[in-house]
Amino acid sequence: MNRNPYLRPITSEWIFRHPRYLRYMVREFSCLFIGGWTLLMVWGLKQLAEGPAAWAAFLELLRSPASIVFHLLALAFAIYHSVTWFNLTPKALPLQVGEGFVPDWVIAGAHYAAWVVVSSCVLILGGAL
Amino acid sequence: METISTDVAIVGAGGAGLRAAIALAQADPALRIALVSKVYPMRSHTCAAEGGAAGVIKPDDSLERHFDDTVGGGDWLSDQDAVDYFVREAPKELIQLEHWGCPWSRAADGSVAVRPFGGMKKQRTWFAADKSGFHILHTLFQTSLQFASIQRFDEYYVTELLVADGRCAGLAAIEMRSGQMRRFDARAVIIAGGGAGRMFPFTTNGAIKTGDGMALAYRAGVPLKDMEFVQYHPTGLPSTGTLLTEACRGEGGVLLNRQGRRFLQDYGMGPETPLGRPVLKTMELGPRDRVSQAFWHEQKKGNALSTRWGDAMLLDMRHLGEKTINERLPLVRDMSISYMGVDPVTDPVPVRPVVHYMMGGIDTDIDAATSLPGLYAAGECACVSINGANRLGSNSLTELLVFGRRAALSALEFVGKNAARPLPASLAEDARGRIRELMQRTGGKETVAGLRKEMMQAMEEHAGIYRGGEGLAAACEKLGELRRRYRQIELHDKTNVYNTDLLQALELGSMLDCAEAVVQSAAARKESRGAHQRLDFPQRDDRNFLRHSLASYDAGGAPRIGYRDVVITRSPPGVRDYSGGHDE
Amino acid sequence: MRQVELEVLRYHPETDREPHFQRYRVECQEEWVVLDALNHVKETLDPTLSYRWSCHMAVCGSCGMMVNGEPKLACKAFLRDYQGVIRVEPLRHFPVERDLVTVIDDFVAKLARVKPYLIPKDPPPEAGEYRQTPAQLKRYKQFTLCINCMLCYAACPEYGLIPQYLGPAAIALGHRWNRDSRDGGREARGEELAAKEGVWECSFVGACSEVCPEHVDPAGAIQQVKIESTVDWYQEHLMPWLKK
Repeated sequence: MNRNPYLRPITSEWIFRHPRYLRYMVREFSCLFIGGWTLLMVWGLKQLAEGPAAWAAFLELLRSPASIVFHLLALAFAIYHSVTWFNLTPKALPLQVGEGFVPDWVIAGAHYAAWVVVSSCVLILGGAL
Repeated sequence: METISTDVAIVGAGGAGLRAAIALAQADPALRIALVSKVYPMRSHTCAAEGGAAGVIKPDDSLERHFDDTVGGGDWLSDQDAVDYFVREAPKELIQLEHWGCPWSRAADGSVAVRPFGGMKKQRTWFAADKSGFHILHTLFQTSLQFASIQRFDEYYVTELLVADGRCAGLAAIEMRSGQMRRFDARAVIIAGGGAGRMFPFTTNGAIKTGDGMALAYRAGVPLKDMEFVQYHPTGLPSTGTLLTEACRGEGGVLLNRQGRRFLQDYGMGPETPLGRPVLKTMELGPRDRVSQAFWHEQKKGNALSTRWGDAMLLDMRHLGEKTINERLPLVRDMSISYMGVDPVTDPVPVRPVVHYMMGGIDTDIDAATSLPGLYAAGECACVSINGANRLGSNSLTELLVFGRRAALSALEFVGKNAARPLPASLAEDARGRIRELMQRTGGKETVAGLRKEMMQAMEEHAGIYRGGEGLAAACEKLGELRRRYRQIELHDKTNVYNTDLLQALELGSMLDCAEAVVQSAAARKESRGAHQRLDFPQRDDRNFLRHSLASYDAGGAPRIGYRDVVITRSPPGVRDYSGGHDE
Repeated sequence: MRQVELEVLRYHPETDREPHFQRYRVECQEEWVVLDALNHVKETLDPTLSYRWSCHMAVCGSCGMMVNGEPKLACKAFLRDYQGVIRVEPLRHFPVERDLVTVIDDFVAKLARVKPYLIPKDPPPEAGEYRQTPAQLKRYKQFTLCINCMLCYAACPEYGLIPQYLGPAAIALGHRWNRDSRDGGREARGEELAAKEGVWECSFVGACSEVCPEHVDPAGAIQQVKIESTVDWYQEHLMPWLKK
């Protein structure tokens, strides 16, 4: 046979082929920080259960420079993930009204609004507000 | 050579071919169907049709009116028994398409919407925004996928019909991806290969419209009927030639000359109708031949707009408003902006007549049968004739459905009565030999691109909107010369896998044969009728030419031209009146 | 007029072991697209260059290619938007048959797998059409616009890495029928769409919708199918007495 279809090899260079792919990988990479923060919270609960000394040690850990850096990065990634996620929600949840659709900013905006409300509640309950 | 055995082979997988395949599969699930196309079905040029498909459904409309509009629009060259059949079947086919899920645009109450279209006294054009052909094609293609009996052969180029014992019994085709020849043994063959507008340089037609289906039948001895009737669509983009649908005018768009005048009123299509309130069958809703011819006259008077790509007129849709344009003409807006840099919402769009459709084609009767037993044809490649000397917009998409199905039923009946007969192996071997000869030829002085350009120039110059005896004679001579020089083509690409140099050479051969039929038929028709207008014979001549021309292939030379009377039943030839204000 | 330099991928399976690039320099009109430049090359410089095209109005879907690394329709890639050498390659993630022509068998097979035809909810009316309001048409209209150009498959890294993935256009097409008010085939299509190699392979990169020339938004369609099929699954398992 004279046919010989050529399959071009796939390497990880696709990530750098266009800014959208890099942004996607950053979004996905945020899971490491969010997961890590979750584990830290579980650890904190465990320390709380073990008594005041353990809890104090945990709070001390949280105040360390490494922890501050980690938390700043985790917050940045979490915000990035949330913002990209909220902006994508109108694609997954189109709401048709008559012949039109509810504008994207309304649906995304509702998510932001809910975020503000929930965050406010948490901050108030935590005594920060 | 690998042989595929089938019951019915269909050449071309556009609207007509797919409709035929579905009709066969539904009628007899045990029937083997081979759907052979040089492109994947969704690439067929049906996808580019925009405006809509005509069929009577409104209570104030009637089959009689659709008949009258079509026969008059065709300048009385349509076979009236066929038109009767066509208008009767039209609504059934369009409803069937809706039952298959076609996304027709709707009225507020959920019924199918219709829009005004050129040359029609009542609104009867069903539409799907301004991508009607696209939606029809995809609905048919997707519907066809549920039938296991339809076996598709995508990207197979059919080079010859195989004829034995006076019957069409198969075809020879090149599998494009491998370059290998395949033989198809079939008990009946349906050709649905489309038109041949690419023989002209400025056309709405895509690259694939090269008349291959017409040439197949023609070379097998079936005459090509009424080839001289080539339709110019009034509103093509000057830069690319691509189509801005007639629906632009159906929705209320108007045509202006350089001075901003709605010039159609000066050519028997007045009086001027109010802006944004088009009146059916008059002014911008006149038939395509009259509108294109009016532009030609304006050009001669110096009233045409001068653009980088030649003369043009202006299509003004500003008064339709952004909402209507986005809702009903979104593709038109996108194309105007992308390819002309003009937004129809804010500015008039330069347009000009471009070649769009061939009324002529493979001679078929009312049952889509050709003179060669076992061979049928439907769609633009065929000429029944329902379109006569000029086709009304939106009749063509319906024609695909009506005659696609009709060809299928005729083929089915033939298969039922005629057992398969073995084909001599030499037929396909000879077909392969001919291709090999072309591929292996050396020392050739001609190129595909060179001959193609000369052909286009001759057609543009001598076989345009207005023709003359001298020009047509020159064109006949030129095309005869090109036919001879075609034998001197040497291919640059002599490989097997997906050889588009070979493909284009074969397509050029088809176009040359079809073009020669066009100019010879045009030279012989010494009258003006519909889309065939002659400066030396400006009147219609019913006494001598109320007949179809039949061009018969002659391998060594120019086609022989014969004639057959038009079937007139109840509408004697009258005057085509597109002036407004005349009564119902 | 403008001098344009194209760098085009060439591949002759009968002689080449692998693809290579060939440069062409042509005089082009200002308003031309990449397709016009390729046609000019084929007509005046190199008739052996193979590629697919037809309508030149972005409705047939034939001319999908990579232009400077981005999936584009060659008939809608305007030369005025590019500077310097323009690199033209066949659509990514498909095997190369010859030059710019890809093997699209996988795609065509996947289209058929989602049962992209009407599976009627109710039998058709005796006389006339199903009723469908403009609002009902609007609900699925966007997803009918796919021209099968496969730019989305070229843009999708999931399809590139996991070739069994059903892919954006096929899923969007299944969704188009699911959303059609006349259709009752959502369950029948669920087997393919809600499979592991169906929507669940998608991680919402969103590149498909970004490159789609017809604004079909396949990414949106996929997420909508994810939600619908999840709801269907819970309904089936927790409330089986409810008809879908």
